[in-house]
Amino acid sequence: MTIVDPVGEKIVVDPNVVNITINDKPVLARKGEFIIAAADRTDDFIPRFCYHPRMSSVGMCRQCLVEVETPRGPMMVVSCMTPVAEGQIVRTATDTVKKAQEGVLELLLANHPLDCPVCDKGGECPLQDQAFSHGPGESRFIEEKRHYEKPIAISEIVYLDRERCILCDRCTRFADEVAGDPLISFTSRGNDTQVLTFPDEPFSSYFSGNTVQICPVGALTAKPYRFKARPWDLDQTESTCTSCSVGCRIVVQSSRDELVRYQGVDIDPVNWGWLCDRGRYNFESVNSTERLTTPLIKDGSELATTSWSVALESAARLIRLALVNGSDSVAILGGARGTNEDAFAWALLADQLGISQRDAQLGDGLTPEIFNLPQATIDETCAASTIILLSPDLKEELPVLYLRIRDAAQKRKSRIVEFSSRDSGLTPYAWRSIGFEPGQQAQVVRQTLDTPEMSEQLRRGDVVVVVGRANLAENESLTLHALAELLHTVPNAKILPVLRRGNVRGAVAAGLTPQKNSGDAIDILTKAATGKVECLILLGADPFSDVADSTLVERAFAQIKNVISIDTFVNRSNRNADVVLPAAAFGEKNGTTTNLEGRVSNVTQQITPRGTSRPDWIIATELGLSLGADIGVSSLDELHQKMISCVAEFSSCADVSAIQSDGVLMVHETPVTISRSPIVSIDRNSYNYRLVVSRTMYDKAQSTVASQSLSGIITEAAIYVHPLDLARIGVVEGTSVRVGIDGTNIVIPVNANNGVHRGTAWLPYNHTGVDIRPLLNIASDIVDVRIEVIK
Amino acid sequence: MSRLSDSNVAVAKEIIARYPRQKSALIPLLHLAQEQTGYISREAMVHLGELVGVTSAEVYGTATFYEMFRFEPIGKYLVNICGTMSCALMGSEKLMHHAEKRLGVKAGGTTADGMFTLAHAECQAACTEAPCLQVNYRFRLRVTTADLDNLIDDLKTGKLSDEIPVHGVLSKVRQHIAPDREVGAVAPELVNESPVWLNGKAAL
Amino acid sequence: MSVTYAHAPGFVAGDRPKIVTSRFEFADSYTLERYLATDGYKGLRAALSRPANEIHDDVKNATVLGRGGAGFPAGTKWGLTPQQVWPRYLVVNGDESEPGTYKDRLLMERDPHQLIEGCLIASYAAGLSQCFLYIRGEMALAQERVATALNEAYAAGYIGKNILGSNFSIDIILHWGAGAYVVGEETALIESLEGNRGMPRLKPPFFPAANGLYGQPTIVNNVETLANLPWLMCNGVAAYTAVGTKTSPGTRMVAVSGHVKRPGVFEIINGTTTFRDLIFGEEFCGGIKDDNKLKAFVPGGGSAPWFTPDQLDLPFEASQVGPAGSMLGSGAVMVMDETTDIPAAALTLTHFYAHESCGKCTPCREGGTWLERILRRIVDGSGTDADLQQLLEVGAMICPGDFPHAANEKLGLKAVPFPYKMTTICFVGPSAFAPVHSALTLFRSEFEARVTKRVTIPVTAVGVSS
Ligand SMILES: Cc1cc2nc3c(=O)[nH]c(=O)nc-3n(C[C@H](O)[C@H](O)[C@H](O)COP(=O)(O)O)c2cc1C
Ligand code: SF4
Ligand code: FES
Repeated sequence: MTIVDPVGEKIVVDPNVVNITINDKPVLARKGEFIIAAADRTDDFIPRFCYHPRMSSVGMCRQCLVEVETPRGPMMVVSCMTPVAEGQIVRTATDTVKKAQEGVLELLLANHPLDCPVCDKGGECPLQDQAFSHGPGESRFIEEKRHYEKPIAISEIVYLDRERCILCDRCTRFADEVAGDPLISFTSRGNDTQVLTFPDEPFSSYFSGNTVQICPVGALTAKPYRFKARPWDLDQTESTCTSCSVGCRIVVQSSRDELVRYQGVDIDPVNWGWLCDRGRYNFESVNSTERLTTPLIKDGSELATTSWSVALESAARLIRLALVNGSDSVAILGGARGTNEDAFAWALLADQLGISQRDAQLGDGLTPEIFNLPQATIDETCAASTIILLSPDLKEELPVLYLRIRDAAQKRKSRIVEFSSRDSGLTPYAWRSIGFEPGQQAQVVRQTLDTPEMSEQLRRGDVVVVVGRANLAENESLTLHALAELLHTVPNAKILPVLRRGNVRGAVAAGLTPQKNSGDAIDILTKAATGKVECLILLGADPFSDVADSTLVERAFAQIKNVISIDTFVNRSNRNADVVLPAAAFGEKNGTTTNLEGRVSNVTQQITPRGTSRPDWIIATELGLSLGADIGVSSLDELHQKMISCVAEFSSCADVSAIQSDGVLMVHETPVTISRSPIVSIDRNSYNYRLVVSRTMYDKAQSTVASQSLSGIITEAAIYVHPLDLARIGVVEGTSVRVGIDGTNIVIPVNANNGVHRGTAWLPYNHTGVDIRPLLNIASDIVDVRIEVIK
Repeated sequence: MSRLSDSNVAVAKEIIARYPRQKSALIPLLHLAQEQTGYISREAMVHLGELVGVTSAEVYGTATFYEMFRFEPIGKYLVNICGTMSCALMGSEKLMHHAEKRLGVKAGGTTADGMFTLAHAECQAACTEAPCLQVNYRFRLRVTTADLDNLIDDLKTGKLSDEIPVHGVLSKVRQHIAPDREVGAVAPELVNESPVWLNGKAAL
Repeated sequence: MSVTYAHAPGFVAGDRPKIVTSRFEFADSYTLERYLATDGYKGLRAALSRPANEIHDDVKNATVLGRGGAGFPAGTKWGLTPQQVWPRYLVVNGDESEPGTYKDRLLMERDPHQLIEGCLIASYAAGLSQCFLYIRGEMALAQERVATALNEAYAAGYIGKNILGSNFSIDIILHWGAGAYVVGEETALIESLEGNRGMPRLKPPFFPAANGLYGQPTIVNNVETLANLPWLMCNGVAAYTAVGTKTSPGTRMVAVSGHVKRPGVFEIINGTTTFRDLIFGEEFCGGIKDDNKLKAFVPGGGSAPWFTPDQLDLPFEASQVGPAGSMLGSGAVMVMDETTDIPAAALTLTHFYAHESCGKCTPCREGGTWLERILRRIVDGSGTDADLQQLLEVGAMICPGDFPHAANEKLGLKAVPFPYKMTTICFVGPSAFAPVHSALTLFRSEFEARVTKRVTIPVTAVGVSS
């Protein structure tokens, strides 16, 4: 852009802006961008298939040909790979260009089956659309078309129809370049080129659904959507995925009041259009016939359906009864699976009733104090020169954050320094990956940061620490000590907290966090185990599967008199509850949610709630009325406004249109610091294996189990050790062994895994089959187990 | 088992070490696997993927691009008759018909005894010596039908076994670099200086 | 004039200056012993005794043209590498597979040390850190000869650490392909060398000199190009430019095949030797086989548009062959006499390029096969007259322009308009069209004789319903 300086009449040229003309109209372009991207800001659409703005250009389909003036006359170039240049003259609709574009389209259609009426993509197909807008109008290809076996399943979820494939390299490029899972590839050559997996090896990528979304034809389809709907009878709304705390922007689509599909929306600060498969396909659980549709009330030893008024009255009575013995005999667990407004309504109700025992984190997070350390956004993290990981495996827990950080390491030259007790999805991309035995992290961090090499790296620029509870067999304090060491050496580092469950950040800010020095979820359960909690309110929480220490949960539930559960399904924790109130699920309610970086964006209602289920906030309001504790709101909007004015963190959230697109960052409180503590190392008997317990993408989470396309992917529980340790144990893979600690034993198959460090054993949490939780004891800092061969 | 044998793994490692990036060794290693088994088995591809650090799908993608790799067993002798321009002008079609009759298989087929696989080939860079053919990539030039008959007889009787190794063996000579002579491959990101001899002075 | 057949099959020495084929007459030309006895590695010694930049200047001043097809001067190409970016690589293109081409294989089989010496000189001059010698997969003997030569040369101290005791060190790594013509294209060659499918990359941004192997500056040179360097170093720029013309100095190897009396590979003087000399000259092919009439010839490898006797007097000089409507390409002349079945000849070439398409570009992948299918139908006798126009229309999807209507007579020449505009990344796509286009433009009557007028068949006749 040229700017005339009014005083000196000097012309200031922004070096990042270039002037070009497209079809004789001036266009401002960014230096280094491709012609097609600049043209996308004008009315002149250039047809394309292989080009995707979030992936490297390959210039493969040849559909985007345009003419550029050169000293030797007009030259045909692909606009998806030709950068803009000052003074460039581009023409997108000359006779030659039209002829070339029509030619390419005719050639693409030559071998493409004419099965649009039965193709899932029909109606939203770029090939179909561009054949109309830029095609020749007829095909002169009278030869026999290419034939392949009709759709073949290339994974549990994705089907591939090679006859429809136009070989644009989008799926294969995505798998390799974006997901880092090059499990599909072009095979053969020329006219025989096909996309395939390695024979009998599935495309088992956590991100496979993205290939379906970006396929420009109907070659890749996904089981959950196949033949479900046609584009013209889809209704849709933009929303935010709350399957995990990354908070990817999505479009929620429904047909006949059923959710049928989510598609990723490209927003710069978060997901760039990508989604993980769990987030993309677990909408099936919303449609599940197992959903709770009416309130339930305990009738003898069974739960029986009842009316809302009866249920609310009973719940109110139980709470009132418990409150007689003091406000500490009531506690609220959960709230991180709902909206900010849901959490805020419940916090208001708890305030009114004086209930200070509340916790949205279920003993598997870190103290909310870390939210008051200087916070980094995802973008800041990915722009940092050093990204320190002291976190769970992001590929498993926060999949799209994994994509972003992987991209930063691969393309943006960020360096990853990883501290972990087990290889993670990011280990291959780490500049340095430093292993530690659980319990030794603070010491290892201190030693590592002291090395000259590391000091030099840390001085190179911004440092962000991605921090979270990596190991559920470990006390939270161990991670905090290590974090304190990090922040002591790198005081300017910012942190990005890794959170379990979608809306921990919002729930905590809204007030579902321990008040007035009362304890966290674990303290609440510990107190309950001694009979001090009479009434427990579960807000979408299922302690029996969420809380690692199952013995503690069992002891607590044995003592708690009354349980009131607000949930979407019956689960182990509410099966014996006194009152169960059916809650509206994702897609059935409006509101806002907050992701791990504190970004507030909206979630929207697309279908009517199943049965008589209601949003949590309405339940809170009505329960309040029954209890004579009016929280003083009568609409979601009022509630939202009240939240913005009462909660300092949400005071930035008044801009409705921002909340409906990229979201708004919440306001952070005055930063705190955390202090170091003396380093103690925890020694152990060398015949023991120190446990690493962590979550994987597909586990028995309700939303996964209740989604039929995903439930089959959950694997059986097993214990994993390093191959050399397996040899030491002396059994072959798959053999059941006895894993024990202090008289508690489980019998579980053992497998070898290269990513498990020697001397440690990895147990994925919450898989099918054997329950591993009896081994987990929250009271001890770490867990050492013996692995014994069963004679 | 058609993973690479231990001795071939040793060869493979030597080859891999010559490249700044491991994956570069993939095509030579596929040849090595084909040399061992006569074709590229599924297990071999998995093994090569492990050796150079890529997925089996990537190995498969690369391997299937190239014509010389076979994914199931073929004849001991692969007879490739060139059919491109110069050879076609000089009568390669007649030669192919003769070969089909003589071997009793169509182009692309393998004889029942597993001795011969007959195939059409593209230009073999012997155009002035048309028509030409290759048996396991060893040339026969200006081939007449009588030459072809003799060749097949000789191969059957084992007369040519010294000159023509069985299918899979390409080069009978391997490159060998003595460690004290080898400069060594370095990953490109570890090099950022100009070579020492570019200092404006003579090297000798 | 005496004609001697040397030991190299197909090679015809003749009484001409020899720059790259001087040792071909010896039966043991490929051994280190013979090489050293015939001035071997003298050029390297000469080069190492001077600063690298001077050697680079020599190659520039001698205008050593690339012999791989494009004819770009090697010295200039080396100079295109960006300043101060290291490491840089040399990739030797020994993938010779262009139909009609037969020279690099001879050079590798007959004189591997000369090629090695050329690689060393180039690496020294351009400051390259590693050299990869990529040989076509199907050339078993060339691989063996080059491997043996490399082993000998390493052992003798010509390759590796501190070559000849100097501070110049480089490895030459033998690498070979596995059967894919397109890998001869330099960016595909690089992909292949990286262990990938050999699919060409788009230039720009992937000009190898700036962004090649592993994203580093990379020089890709043809075998013959590099084989020129030892002689140049021994004899000097003046001696080199004294042969040939100013724009095309030196010699070049040409294979003449097809319907000629004595097909063979010749080292000819660049720029002056004409096609007539080559095809009819006594010291070359000695005329058309069986004294038939010449019908047409392909002047520069299978990708080149065809010439007819009209163009016989053009010299082997790019600046004249280009405007006449074709290219010199890789030094391969294929001769067709009056007995040639033109549509069938075109089919062999179109089949070749369709089969060898890497599959990346839609027009090449789909269009090449489509062309082949139509052409095969015509050759088999089941084509219709509409197919002739269809061939041109499909061709125009690969090479857009006004070909169907191009009045080549207007150019005063019986030739097709060339070079083509193209919708593809590399020349494989257009190459599938070039033979069809040439054949159809120059010999349309042969096609017309093969096709039937389209007949409308009444629906009932094909038994749909009655
Ligand atoms: C389709 C295609 C095939 C090619 N095949 C070869 C080949 O087999 N050998 C070769 O040396 N160059 C070949 N080339 C040319 C190379 O791309 C490149 O220009 C050449 O190797 C550069 O070497 P030079 O400058 O020494 O000629 C081919 C080019 C194209 C487009
Ligand atoms: S023109 Fe053909 S061979 Fe060349 S890159 Fe395109 S598809 Fe591949
Ligand atoms: S969109 Fe540019 S070549 Fe495909």
